[in-house]
Amino acid sequence: MNPVAAIRRGFRHGVHPAQYKAQTVDLPIQRLPFGHRYVLPLGQHLGVPAQPVVSPGQQVRRGQLIAQPGGFVSASLHSPVTGRVRAIEPRRTADGSLQLAIEIEADRYATQHLEPRPRSDRLALSLTEFIEELQSAGIVGLGGAAFPTHVKYTMPEGKRIRHLLINGAECEPYLTNDHRLMVERPATLLRGIGIVKRKLGADRATIGIERNKPEAIAVLKSTIRRHHRTGIAPLQVKYPQGAEKMLIRAIFGVEVPADKLPRDLGIVVNNVGTLTAIADYFDFGMPLIERVITVSGPGVTYPANLIVPIGTPVREVLDFCGGLKPPTRAVVMGGPMMGLPLPSLDVPVVKGTSGILAFTAESLPARRELPCIRCGRCLKACPHFLNPSRLGRLARLGRYEDMRRHFAMDCVECGACTLSCPSGIPLTQLIRVGKSKLRNSAAGSI
Amino acid sequence: MQEAFVATSIMTGLGVFFGTALAIASRFLRVSGDSRVEEVADQLPGSNCGACGRPGCHAFAEAVVSGSETPSGCTVATQESIEAIAELLGVAPGQQEKRVARLHCAGGTAQAFQIAEYRGFESCRAATIVAGGGKGCPWGCLGLGDCARACTFKAIHLNQHSLPVVDVANCTACGDCVLACPRGLFAILPLTHRLFVQCRSPLVGDDARALCRVACDSCGRCVQDAAPGLIRMEENLPVVDYGSGGPATPQATSRCPTGAIQWLTEVQFEAAGATQPQDIAAHVEDH
Repeated sequence: MNPVAAIRRGFRHGVHPAQYKAQTVDLPIQRLPFGHRYVLPLGQHLGVPAQPVVSPGQQVRRGQLIAQPGGFVSASLHSPVTGRVRAIEPRRTADGSLQLAIEIEADRYATQHLEPRPRSDRLALSLTEFIEELQSAGIVGLGGAAFPTHVKYTMPEGKRIRHLLINGAECEPYLTNDHRLMVERPATLLRGIGIVKRKLGADRATIGIERNKPEAIAVLKSTIRRHHRTGIAPLQVKYPQGAEKMLIRAIFGVEVPADKLPRDLGIVVNNVGTLTAIADYFDFGMPLIERVITVSGPGVTYPANLIVPIGTPVREVLDFCGGLKPPTRAVVMGGPMMGLPLPSLDVPVVKGTSGILAFTAESLPARRELPCIRCGRCLKACPHFLNPSRLGRLARLGRYEDMRRHFAMDCVECGACTLSCPSGIPLTQLIRVGKSKLRNSAAGSI
Repeated sequence: MQEAFVATSIMTGLGVFFGTALAIASRFLRVSGDSRVEEVADQLPGSNCGACGRPGCHAFAEAVVSGSETPSGCTVATQESIEAIAELLGVAPGQQEKRVARLHCAGGTAQAFQIAEYRGFESCRAATIVAGGGKGCPWGCLGLGDCARACTFKAIHLNQHSLPVVDVANCTACGDCVLACPRGLFAILPLTHRLFVQCRSPLVGDDARALCRVACDSCGRCVQDAAPGLIRMEENLPVVDYGSGGPATPQATSRCPTGAIQWLTEVQFEAAGATQPQDIAAHVEDH
């Protein structure tokens, strides 16, 4: 490895957004009390939506399977509460669409205690069985994209994962959920790493953590023992350090080619939340029915890090945090860089939700757009070395095929270009318009 | 000085030589194409819109000359040009049914409920990506005018309720708006097909009406009121099948509770706001 890169542990380009993590960084993870109503969209992971296996009126227990995978790139869904299925109907989701969802009314007098059922046979599981277990446990990537984890672990014939990379970068401003997990549950995280490492036959594991989380680094350092064969890589504080390919660039000093996946280099990248969820499944038999999210932003009265059952409406989470301050103008699901502004507070927390952020008018960027002055800051910002300014202009002109020639499809939509633009041009959005158009035309539809 | 003279005379000599060669070649090696193709192409509008289904006006001219297409296949050319072409080739001008773009949505800002405010790049496609725009109905018209910008003939403008109004005289049925709409709401239909469903919501009953005053709530009355087989329900929406033989009449719209199925006048949304019964609007607000 290049020695300079080893010292800096970063990638080239990128941006430095203000962190805003101070308000939640020291708040221990709290459990959100159980509410009355839970909405579980069937398509909350990437890929094929799940198929419901319950019917309206049916009683369900906490942790019971309510929808099975609809295909290989799909994951199971489990009830987060003991209660009754009220309806299977279209419900609003964060992307504005109405999606088929299972609505569960929590039983007020039932215990929500989950009887631990440790999987003592986990050592005996073969890799194929392990992968099937993950799918039926509904485990998906908790970093935000909600890509089914078992798909990531399925390797083509003759290939092997050599290195497990754990993503604890948490480069999005405001979010502290991964940080709190690393500080509070380092042993569980290491157990998760151990299970995955053994099953995949990986030689080593490395946890990548940005240097702005010294507490997490210290806690993990004191927890890791020699037999864990796990290292910690403190990383430069830079956005998007937590993007898969950037993380690999920072830790190994190699670029993953544009048309290749990390697994082609024998690397698999998992979020800390995902590995903790895997450990919880094998320790307690608990499928993915809850996750840690950060509720923060200038519009939230009491910011918090919360364990939230999947399916809780955003409104209830915000109510628990003291509600929204009156000047709140926008509520974003996910991080401020890549998150989605919510069309309604009734949308539920899904597996991919890492945070709920509320912004006031002053904290939102001013809505003014000026002509491009060709300063080139977006080129310096783009971690994939694209030319966002040109892509944006082509998108505006509707020259989508030209965008493809300028590698628009390699864009990961991290938002670094938009943040860096002094003219306030919505570059990421323009590129996304082009990508959606190109994807549509590739699929042959209109 | 001498070098300059030599260089100039060489270049001049080369120029004269190749010029002569080209002149001779163009005279003796000429491949004569059908001159009528050029003449027909001259009569065509030259907009290369693709409404005829050919890659451009020249390809259409070739098709007309070869006889595989009638002159009236061009929906953009004026009647005079079509007759001129027919006369030139000695063929019948043919009959082309006038077709226009129709929008499968009547949920303007006055009819469909807004649940959020979209601020950003003024484009329907951009708005669909950001939480589906501000409209509650995820199938309806976004009203940001991607179709109007895509229209080669400036035949689309947005009315006061942000619905695209298609100017029937200028619409050539080229289909650019069909491609531009991220929600695929446009359909190219013959002008005579006046019975039309202005909704794409697959929801049923109150769920549908909770999003829009003029949504189809899938009650199925139009199916009963129309000639047998003319209308069938597909994915909770009525589909008008003109090939079924039954005559389409305004009768089918008479009992529609929301006005989602319409007997269209020539221009869609001409009389905006006058299409739905008021009592329904009041009911939906209670809901």
